Amino acid sequence: MIPSDPKQVTQICFDRIRIPNQRRLEVARANGAYRFLPTVLNEFTPEKIIDEMKKSGLRGRGGAGFPTGLKWSFVPRDTGKPTYLLCNADEGEPGTFKDRDIMRYDPHLLIEGMIMAGFALNVRDAYIYIRGEFKREAEILNEAIREAYAANLLGENILGTGYTMHLTVHRGAGAYVCGEETALIESLEGKPGRPRYKPPFPAVEGFYRCPTVVNNVETLATVPAILEHGGDWHAAIGVQNSAGCKIFSVSGHVNKPGNYEVPMGTTLKTLIEEHCGGLRHGSVPKVVIPGGSSTPWLTAEHYEVPLTYDDMVKAGSMLGSGAIIVMDETTDVVAVTRRLSHFYAHESCGQCTPCREGTGWLERLMLKLEAGKATEQDLEVLSDAAEHMAGRTICALADGAAAPVLSMLKHFPDEVRARLVEKAA
Amino acid sequence: MSAVETPRFSQERLEEIQALVARYPGARSALLPVLHMAQEDFGYLSLDVQRHVAEVLGLTLIQVREVVTFYTMFREQPCGTYLMEVCTNASCMLNGADRLVRHMCDKLGIKVGETTPDGMFTVTEVECAGACGGAPVVQINNEYHENVDEAYIDRFIDEARGKGGKA
Repeated sequence: MIPSDPKQVTQICFDRIRIPNQRRLEVARANGAYRFLPTVLNEFTPEKIIDEMKKSGLRGRGGAGFPTGLKWSFVPRDTGKPTYLLCNADEGEPGTFKDRDIMRYDPHLLIEGMIMAGFALNVRDAYIYIRGEFKREAEILNEAIREAYAANLLGENILGTGYTMHLTVHRGAGAYVCGEETALIESLEGKPGRPRYKPPFPAVEGFYRCPTVVNNVETLATVPAILEHGGDWHAAIGVQNSAGCKIFSVSGHVNKPGNYEVPMGTTLKTLIEEHCGGLRHGSVPKVVIPGGSSTPWLTAEHYEVPLTYDDMVKAGSMLGSGAIIVMDETTDVVAVTRRLSHFYAHESCGQCTPCREGTGWLERLMLKLEAGKATEQDLEVLSDAAEHMAGRTICALADGAAAPVLSMLKHFPDEVRARLVEKAA
Repeated sequence: MSAVETPRFSQERLEEIQALVARYPGARSALLPVLHMAQEDFGYLSLDVQRHVAEVLGLTLIQVREVVTFYTMFREQPCGTYLMEVCTNASCMLNGADRLVRHMCDKLGIKVGETTPDGMFTVTEVECAGACGGAPVVQINNEYHENVDEAYIDRFIDEARGKGGKA
């Protein structure tokens, strides 16, 4: 049970996740799933729901952190076209593995959140776009959806309330860029996942050019608690401008890697030392990538940064998806950067020149640097290429590709220079 | 002759596809799921299979091809009975994925991307599998194996060989 006193709340999405067989409808219902759904469908208006979501201060948990209630309020009501709700379960940002746990252990929480969101947005057809590799998770979701249909929680005239919503699970097929919402829409239309120019934003013209809302799994899984306890309740959890709890996926050189949901404002050090059992070697990390591989690196000086949207920006990075990759003193930062450069070169969709060409340049130069064959001039080209990619493309993949390279150059100039050809020889 | 050899979805599959198409505003949306089905049924997506998929969904061949070649999970070539995909992205790399790949390749006598001569094992490197808490991660025929080490791989390969090549 999530406490009704916001000061007592330590987790929201993971509240029931450790209950055995929670993925099965009868177990989930015995533990409170769908309990508040009839009240929402019978007594709430869409306006009230959007109002509560705005008051809640919930920001999108996929990475961008855009206020969810505001996103929903952008959907025009009078277009005569259907509105679609898409759940972004692509979870491709390196370091991120939180949505997988919600889907495989508590799928009904996501489904309930989607029904409530769908009702608020007058949606008839909703889809969960899940990365293709999560085949087992897609099967679990499909089974949960079958149970929900059989219990009239999905389909025609849900629980006799007159509201109808259909929900379909759609597997991607291995393309990081499809986590970007307009690429996801292209992919769901059966095309290569190439991000679209914006505007128009999906809220106005998205799936099949109709109004579309795309929300992350964790975002949608937070909706039932907000509507049951109220927007003000949620806003009182965490800190100003970073309301609620957040799941942090911690991986790398910690003793107990895994997903940990904590109230926003918890410090990075507390998360790593009290929840993750500390570092494997040494007392402070060499590098922490705080929000997935596309976010700028933090070093030991920011070990005590509070995990909030604003504090992360002040520290020079971003909260992102909450994927924290920890590297201890044994780490070769050049090798890690080279590996990440390969990732972005592999995943660039190729439609914008700065990204298509730039990611290739970064990878080639990083390979050269790692091999001890790079010159001073190569280093200049590396830095120049990275700086000129960011912000010059349709989507943020190029910015993500630049982040590790620029971070490495900024924080570890001596290690980098020691790898140059003159020095290495 | 060729008509007999050309891959065709079963009647059951065609009905499944029809029901799937009805869940979307347009048939083209069903392309990714139908390609997954085709890969499951036929092993890989040969040009003939791609033509068949185009026909079934009322698409042009180029609409199918641009999708097959864009997404990494779709394969245009056959692979081994056991497709072993090792994530070597950051979190897995920090936990020994590169060493694991080398071990697998040495044990099997192949390079990354190759298949053993008996057609049993293919080893590839893949991008982040979204299971970094269990790094290093190896997907074997789309099943996730987490916290994998050399001993685990040795056991897996030996057991698979003991089963005589059936997945």
